[in-house]
Amino acid sequence: MIHSLFIINEAGDAFMEKHWKTVVSKSICDYFYEAQKKCVNPEDIPPVIATPHHYLINIYRNNLYFVAVLTNEIAPLFVIEFLHRIMDLFENYFGECTEKSVKDNYVIVYELLDEILDSGLPLITETNILKELIKPPNLLRKVAHFVTGDSTNTTLPSKQLSNIPWRPFDVSYRNNEAFFDIVEEIDAIIDQNGTIVMSEIQGYIDCCIKLSGMPDLTLNFVNPRLLDDISFHPCVRLRKWESEHVLSFIPPDGNFRLISYHIATQNTICMPIYVKHHIQYREGSSGRFELTVGPKQTMGKSLENVIIECTMPKSVLNCTLTPSQGKSTFDPIKKILIWNIGTIETKTQNSAHLPTIRGNIILVTGQPIPESNPILNISFQINQLAISGIRVQRVDMNGEIYKPYKGVKYITTVKKGRFQIRT
Amino acid sequence: MNINERSLTTMSTLNAQGSRGTSNQSDEQTEPSTTLSIFALDYKKHEDLKQMLDSNKDNLKLEAMRRIIGMIAKGKDAADLFPAVVKNVVSKNMEIKKLVYVYLMRYAEEQQDLALLSIATFQRALKDPNQLIRASALRVLSSIRVPTIVTIMMLAIRDAVSDMSPYVRKTAANAIAKLYALDPELKDELVLIIAKLLADKTILVNGSAVQAFEHVCPERIDLIHQNYRRLCNLLVDIDEWGQVTILNMLTRYARSQFVDPNKIFEDEKKSFYEDETEQNINEDEDSLDKRTYVMDSDHRLLLRCTKPLLQSRNSAVVMAVAQLYYYVAPQSEIQIVAKSLLRLLRHHREIQTIILKSIVFIADKHKQIFEPYLKSFYVHSNDSSLVKRYKLEILTTLANASNISTILREFQTYVLSSDKDFAAHTIHAIGRCASTISDVTEACLNGLVALMSKKDETIVAESVVVIKKLLQINPSQYNEIIKHIVRMVDKVTVPIARASILWLIGEYSDRISKLAPDVLRKMAKSFIDEETIVKHQILNLAAKLYVVNAKQTHLLVQYVFNLAKYDTNYDTRDKARLLRALLIQTDKCPTLSKHAKKILLASKPAPILESIIRDHDQYTLGTLSFVIGQKAVGYKDLPDFPLEPPDPSVRNVEIVTPLPSQNVSSRKSSTTTRITSREKKKSVNDENFYSDEEEEEEEEEEEETSTEGPDTDNEEEEDEEDEKEKTTQNDNDTNEYEQLDAQSTNNIEPEEEEKDESSGSSEEEESEQEEEEDDDEESESDESADDEKLTPNQSSIVAKPSSTLTVSDYTIPATEKSLLEMDLEAFLGAPSTSTNVQVAPVKNNIFDDLHGLESLTSTSSNLVYTKQYDCLNRITGQGLQIQYRFPRTPFQQSPNMIHVELIFTNTTTNKDIHSIKFYKSKSNINIQGFNQIDLLPSGVSIVTSIGIDFNDKTQPASFDILYDDNLIPTSLTILCHVGELIEQKFLNDQQFNQNLGK
Repeated sequence: MIHSLFIINEAGDAFMEKHWKTVVSKSICDYFYEAQKKCVNPEDIPPVIATPHHYLINIYRNNLYFVAVLTNEIAPLFVIEFLHRIMDLFENYFGECTEKSVKDNYVIVYELLDEILDSGLPLITETNILKELIKPPNLLRKVAHFVTGDSTNTTLPSKQLSNIPWRPFDVSYRNNEAFFDIVEEIDAIIDQNGTIVMSEIQGYIDCCIKLSGMPDLTLNFVNPRLLDDISFHPCVRLRKWESEHVLSFIPPDGNFRLISYHIATQNTICMPIYVKHHIQYREGSSGRFELTVGPKQTMGKSLENVIIECTMPKSVLNCTLTPSQGKSTFDPIKKILIWNIGTIETKTQNSAHLPTIRGNIILVTGQPIPESNPILNISFQINQLAISGIRVQRVDMNGEIYKPYKGVKYITTVKKGRFQIRT
Repeated sequence: MNINERSLTTMSTLNAQGSRGTSNQSDEQTEPSTTLSIFALDYKKHEDLKQMLDSNKDNLKLEAMRRIIGMIAKGKDAADLFPAVVKNVVSKNMEIKKLVYVYLMRYAEEQQDLALLSIATFQRALKDPNQLIRASALRVLSSIRVPTIVTIMMLAIRDAVSDMSPYVRKTAANAIAKLYALDPELKDELVLIIAKLLADKTILVNGSAVQAFEHVCPERIDLIHQNYRRLCNLLVDIDEWGQVTILNMLTRYARSQFVDPNKIFEDEKKSFYEDETEQNINEDEDSLDKRTYVMDSDHRLLLRCTKPLLQSRNSAVVMAVAQLYYYVAPQSEIQIVAKSLLRLLRHHREIQTIILKSIVFIADKHKQIFEPYLKSFYVHSNDSSLVKRYKLEILTTLANASNISTILREFQTYVLSSDKDFAAHTIHAIGRCASTISDVTEACLNGLVALMSKKDETIVAESVVVIKKLLQINPSQYNEIIKHIVRMVDKVTVPIARASILWLIGEYSDRISKLAPDVLRKMAKSFIDEETIVKHQILNLAAKLYVVNAKQTHLLVQYVFNLAKYDTNYDTRDKARLLRALLIQTDKCPTLSKHAKKILLASKPAPILESIIRDHDQYTLGTLSFVIGQKAVGYKDLPDFPLEPPDPSVRNVEIVTPLPSQNVSSRKSSTTTRITSREKKKSVNDENFYSDEEEEEEEEEEEETSTEGPDTDNEEEEDEEDEKEKTTQNDNDTNEYEQLDAQSTNNIEPEEEEKDESSGSSEEEESEQEEEEDDDEESESDESADDEKLTPNQSSIVAKPSSTLTVSDYTIPATEKSLLEMDLEAFLGAPSTSTNVQVAPVKNNIFDDLHGLESLTSTSSNLVYTKQYDCLNRITGQGLQIQYRFPRTPFQQSPNMIHVELIFTNTTTNKDIHSIKFYKSKSNINIQGFNQIDLLPSGVSIVTSIGIDFNDKTQPASFDILYDDNLIPTSLTILCHVGELIEQKFLNDQQFNQNLGK
């Protein structure tokens, strides 16, 4: 199983190591550095690296590399998933998982690593149980130390394994609230002519549940059949879903992802945005660049945080562009043009008011004209709209007597780089 | 803690806080300063830590331990602090203790003698009343890897295995693998412990137990037999990591215990296998199924129980299920994994990479399952390079005549990508498509030729190489292209591409007889500056030209050979010597020289354009070895399916374990408000029943002709139970208890009908709510407590429509309960084998029959068929006409199905229709098929019954039938007419008045 773990920062410094079995020398990381050197992009590092005596499985997230050392055959996804779970756990504990947060909380990190793996085998991975065993750092606790002088939590939960592994017993809130964020991400490729080459929707229901006691929630959709392929949090009763298409569950405490679903639209979805583009290189080191962005079928909602990113060909020296709205920057080293448009209101349907960017491209003299136009990566956010049309009908609570506040929010957004327009 | 103490500790915390702040700083500062005066500072720092550890203040100790952990975390050596630290293992403070444990696990191996000092503490902690302390003591004890304490570990594990707390047992299971690694000679003893743990009833323990099994004795497959069904049924509820381990183990188990589902057996011996192929639809069609392979019911159980796991959020679980389906499921069922794998493509980059690699592997064998999702494999410009390559590979694999045009259009944009490596791979992929799909070869070639005029070297080179390979497949058609390429020889500079062009010229010099010598002339000129690979091809070209056109070229050839003779590369020299001997110095080896032309211009087989990454098919899908393409330590191949299935009866669990109590409790929760005396009677019946059940089982085993798998068994029994309960409604005179019950049921019926009419399917909803609850209790007996709490709440909701109903309400769920089991059985697999067994006295068969009779008489007298609907037109059915009608009587075999009568009419005048049989249900609707009709003479109508579970929806049910030995099934659709879903009930005056009075 997992033999050792190294946490490596971008500079290539393994600043934390943990061994569950016999110590493996840090020099094992050299194999990883070697692979890292071969790749321009940290994303390109192969996730599994074989060395003469060990196997390295690495993940890259938040500018950190987690490198697990293995000695035996084991399903690689098992390890990858586990490493990501560790990162999730750190994020949950420290708010973020960065070099700083890990270094600042090394004792907790170490205790956590010790608790979740027993000689390389997963032991407890449920955040709620872990939080009972190892308290997350927070201000209140620091103050409590200060006042009571009790810097140690001597009391262990006597019966730590509740019947429901994901929920502690003694939850209580003054204000009982349950929030459901329905987030949908659009994956799309649109070609030069504006036709949709492919489009998919990936949705999540992220919950923030602050309810006392043992509530049993039921969530009804208006149109559950839209959901094509779903993965559930272990708390969801599968059978209930299969028989009635209702999400019935006893929620974990706090933030968690209830379901994630995938809608592979055979019939394409309505794109909420369109881009008119005109990019041309002319013989002799110059070119024209013009983009117009407009909303399309947004149900009256405005597009927010619209950003267009465009990686120019290597032969582009510089761009002089003036946007009619927002700000644009060009990084001449990485050749990345970023146009931060901001909000596009749907009311300004008048095409004269649509945000445009216009200007010249300066090419490196002597270099051949680029053969292909760059690809535009667009990101935006639409609040109060789920692009697939999924709607929650109602949320019911059983098992407790109080009346909770229940809120549902819809967001349509784009994961970085997943909405592309070919020009 | 008194006030003095508290104030004292407050003070010290303050100190500690202060010192921590500074110590952190100093810690950071020491790093640069250590380089200046390493020894002094290090010594001093440790001295200071030792002092803190020796002090009697917990806060100081804790602070010291924290800093030591910090050192360990950074990979710095803290071994010399061992004596100071190990003393603190006795600390009462949990926080300190935990950190000392962490330290011990890290350094005990290096300082074994000192580590022994701590053992006594652990032994004491192993008897602590707190389960967590017991568990952590066992964990540390087993993790310190000191061989001298093996016996102590063994004892500790043995004790812990029978610990009350499942958490401790889980830790013990984990410890087994550690102990085994320390001393493999203990294997025999450990196996006994593992056997015990495998039988553990708690889901918490199962995963770790199987893990230990896999570590210590994966070859002892016999230990699994007895636990197999339980593991399958519990699988959904086990934690994710345990699921992965168990799935892998079950895959191996299935491969060794079941026969290959994709092989067709003609063997008569198989007949004792129950047909489960279509999930208990064709129960009565043994005759049909004998001909084809019939799956072992346990095999089916495995597939059914693992299917819901495809919806896990954990990619490793999904992959493990995909692996299981790939290796164990019949080919027709593999497609269900496709969607789930695609969902994972949205996960983290690393997961995506491995999933794609696996899809490459699966798609190679089962193209069709990924074809509908072609677009999901389109490349985004910011995918990682590996992801791009795998996607390209998948697109190429999926390409066929119908989708090739879209794929090629997509490839066109990839070729223009700024990622040149990717563009080159795309060209290779185009080549592969062109070679496999003959329709597009021409178009691809033209496209590739166009690409050769691009400016980018790598693209041009790759196109030339690919074109060369393509031309070899069918050279005669493409003279123009060859000429075009030849003209490019001056422009192309990439060696591999130049070499390819030269080879082409040599091979097809007869078509470009004028150009070829000229090219050789140019090449001779630049020979010395070329790469070795190009030089070799120049030599080849020279030799081939010499054979066909010696007159024009012999001087040039001589010159080239001479140049090669003095080349620095010995391969080149050797090649030149060989060719010279063959062609020019013919006297040296006359026999060979005679055939020089044949040798050089032999027709070469066209190369197969191979995938770039398909190189390690030999490893099991989803394993580490599979991903890295080499055999990892500890990798084992999956065994092949046995030709003859091993005895399936080994999995039968003889004794049905303590169910009565559980049954009662589950019932209790569904009927919390009143525990009727009927309940008591039932539990008495339980005992009756169990003895019967056992007898039955034994009989079956003896005869070995059991036509029923365990599942269908239960279903039948449930039916019986169900019937029984219905009977009690009608038989008012059995005894007092029944009377009570019957009354209440009678009360409810009319109400129920009214409600139905008024509010659609509210009844179903209620009953399903109940079902769900039962469901939970069975599967997660842990949860039952909570559910029990919930029940009253729900019951009040249920009762709302009319307050008079409250008492009688629960009779519905009681009857409906078995429906749930049916559903479960059919769709999800029952939560555990044991709970399947329902209360169903065998004597009820009589009641069953009676009831059947009664319902027959009662209905037949009142039968008025309102309408018949056509479902197969006589023209489309080639003379066979099928109509259906809703007789509005309960369906005998299963109470949650709607009874539908099919009227088969042979409308032909002279032709008989043979063997009409139910083939399979198409939609996900559960349909109970009809018995095969062997002969339908012309002009005759036959009425048969089928049952359809519309599942509370108005979706039409469609299914296929076969007749007249047609191989193509005819599909029928039965619409769901809303009004027909209601069951008819008859009331006599007395009952009616009784209800009216309420």
